[in-house]
Amino acid sequence: MLLGLVKPTSGQAQILGCPFGNVEVRRKVGFLPEDFRFYDWLTPSELLTLHGRLAGLTPAQLRDRVPAYLDLVGLTPHRDRRLRGFSKGMMQRIGLAQALIHQPELVFLDEPTSGLDPMGRHLARDIIRNERRRGATVFLNSHLLSEVEITCDTVVFIKQGEVIGSRDLRSCPEGEVHVRVRANNLRQEILPGLQQWANSAQLQDDRLTFSSSSMDSLPEILRYLVSSNVDVFEFTPQRLSLEESFLKIMGEDQGL
Amino acid sequence: MTQLWIIAQVTFREAARRKILWTALLAAAAFLGLFATGVHFQVKDTHFTQIAPLLRSQILRSILQIGFYAIDMLAVLMTVLTSVDSLSGEIASSTIHAIATKPVHRWQLLFGKWLGFAAMIAVYVALGFGGVVAIGHFIAGVVMHGSLQGAVLIYLECLLVLTLTFLFGTLFSTLTNGVIVLGLHGIAFIGGWLEQIGTVTRSQRLVNLGILSSVIMPSEAVWRRASYVMQSSVARTLDLSPFATRSAPSTTMMLYAVVYLFAALMIALYRFNQRDL
Repeated sequence: MLLGLVKPTSGQAQILGCPFGNVEVRRKVGFLPEDFRFYDWLTPSELLTLHGRLAGLTPAQLRDRVPAYLDLVGLTPHRDRRLRGFSKGMMQRIGLAQALIHQPELVFLDEPTSGLDPMGRHLARDIIRNERRRGATVFLNSHLLSEVEITCDTVVFIKQGEVIGSRDLRSCPEGEVHVRVRANNLRQEILPGLQQWANSAQLQDDRLTFSSSSMDSLPEILRYLVSSNVDVFEFTPQRLSLEESFLKIMGEDQGL
Repeated sequence: MTQLWIIAQVTFREAARRKILWTALLAAAAFLGLFATGVHFQVKDTHFTQIAPLLRSQILRSILQIGFYAIDMLAVLMTVLTSVDSLSGEIASSTIHAIATKPVHRWQLLFGKWLGFAAMIAVYVALGFGGVVAIGHFIAGVVMHGSLQGAVLIYLECLLVLTLTFLFGTLFSTLTNGVIVLGLHGIAFIGGWLEQIGTVTRSQRLVNLGILSSVIMPSEAVWRRASYVMQSSVARTLDLSPFATRSAPSTTMMLYAVVYLFAALMIALYRFNQRDL
């Protein structure tokens, strides 16, 4: 809808400070669709030239950027081949290049790594990080949560069109931390004292597990255990993976 | 306007690169080759050379009318077959997503494509029609009257068909679009013949039926006008071949065809601007 593909039924929205129906603002926006298809009778060079021209690049800019972006996505050896013979991964690479060639301020990438091999995924991650360093804001829409976890600063969970949760993946000050402790002299008496920082503590033989709402309280917990004459051999905080957060926030799969 | 030009250019290049234009031109060249051979044999036929010059000239003109008719039919078919997938196909395959999200207005996207196809059809009509005129001039020794006007009218007919494929391409799938446009052209075709027969048999009902079909789809009326302006005055009264035009559609009908084209294009632009992609 922000890119003008779907018409709104009601309401208003802005993109880079402009009403979202504004066509000119798209010069500052890049987009890689999920179901990406391009004119397969073009070569990669021609496709980038076409998209660059549509985005308003000058002939001089195109002369510099077309080879540069082909190189960036590793398609220079294939620059004169028709797209018709390209694999899905190669198409995804050229799709990334067409989304970025005009150096947009805002980039929407819809499942950009779904067709890529591990090398390609690594390359895509590097490209996205470079875009971030350049100052662009990149929206990565993906169901591959491990990719999101590695690449993104902030994650937002959307269910049926509604934002139902978010997580800051850079500092991650929030979010529950699970801690696994292996120690000697663990006793039931220490559990009530733990409750001021931790919850759902479970003790079994030489193993203690508990959850804490904040990473900041972990040093205090460790000091408490040591002062309670517990001989700590292992104290391992484990953050909820994005996938676990996803399942927790989204709830049980209700089926189709 | 730059965006419009880029879209028109890429549409024309697509036709050339995907060999659509070249295949169509090859088919037209095959037809012209066969036609030229036929005209040559007819001109050199011993019995034919003994016919009175005036009648001989009329026979050759009738043969050339068949040539124009065939080129017209091929041009209309090529227009439908090449353009029918342009919008609906790109929407269905999502190819349009990467282009429509660039700084391009929807009207520029549709009208640019329309211009690209219009340019391709212009090349086709010019070469096909020019081929028949050249065969008439160099092989049959006959100069057709009103050739330029005829070519413009045939081009107008193709643009009408093109515009309808664009209009229905904004509403329906490729297959449905093709069926509707060819169906409408079929109605116009039958209506045109009914009007011709009605003129000869003086049946006003048939003539009215023909006019009604032209109102629904004026493509055949435009062809009959083209055929009429290229006929000699003798042929207009004496020629009873199926390719001669006895009832020429009026100038008002030609203006109606232009307005029809313009209205269809405007509706197509409106529909395309409103729909989700």
